[in-house]
Amino acid sequence: MVEWTDFERATIADIFSKMEYEVIGPAALSRCLVVYPWTQRYFGNFGNLYNAAAIIGNPMVAKHGTTILHGLDRAVKNMDNIKSEYAELSVLHSEKLHVDPDNFKLLSDCLTIVVSAKLGKEFNGEVQAAFQKFLAVVVTSLGRQYH
Amino acid sequence: MLSKREKDLIAEVWTKLIPVAEDIGSDALTRMFATFPGTKTYFSHLDISPRSAHLLSHGEKIVLAIAEGAQDIDQLAVSLAPLQTLHAYQLRIDPTNFKLFSHCMLVALAAHMGDDFTPVVHAAIDKYLSAFAAVLAEKYR
Repeated sequence: MVEWTDFERATIADIFSKMEYEVIGPAALSRCLVVYPWTQRYFGNFGNLYNAAAIIGNPMVAKHGTTILHGLDRAVKNMDNIKSEYAELSVLHSEKLHVDPDNFKLLSDCLTIVVSAKLGKEFNGEVQAAFQKFLAVVVTSLGRQYH
Repeated sequence: MLSKREKDLIAEVWTKLIPVAEDIGSDALTRMFATFPGTKTYFSHLDISPRSAHLLSHGEKIVLAIAEGAQDIDQLAVSLAPLQTLHAYQLRIDPTNFKLFSHCMLVALAAHMGDDFTPVVHAAIDKYLSAFAAVLAEKYR
């Protein structure tokens, strides 16, 4: 059971309440595909991913990025039970999508950087630590049902 | 593998960071201490409260070393030789921590550069910092 301080709960709620999902989601996913090109292996049917400009302008990437980010809502709304919230999604990523769980960390690092670029100084060390702790719990939960 | 264009981009970015070296460096360190508390164990001899004199000076040192290496990336093994010895025989910082610091440096750069920290710039700098860390750890064993 994860222990959350009041500061951590407030920080996560605050960041996500102001989140522009259709901007941040696409930015995070496209960044991941550019910075860690091997992650493109899971997106063979997404069309043109030949260079950074193509990836960033790709509508399927954008749509999927938004979907993924909204997936985080469930954890935001139920921070005390993230592991059970994501049990089904974990099975999906393992059995159906066959995604190496190391990739969850890559995407979460890109999301952290996108949020940092957006919030600037407001995303200070303490806020970053809370955000990364939250994402670490999500990442662990998503990898939990792999066997 | 860094292309010529990436090397030029890296040199350009880090040259611009030299005037704000202590701000960027201390910010990256502060982020690392907050997010990965185990890293504080290497600094029990310093005052690492945010923007302390020790932290500003130490952060500046690190950023200036990275900026210097960026001017001629092909010669990293030569320019980093003294720092290699320092880290291997005196500091003996576990190299896993280089990854943690690099990540926090990227977050600091993102906060500082905003939209200018594009995915292409991010990728180039991430690769550079990985190479830098690898060279730094070369004399460990």
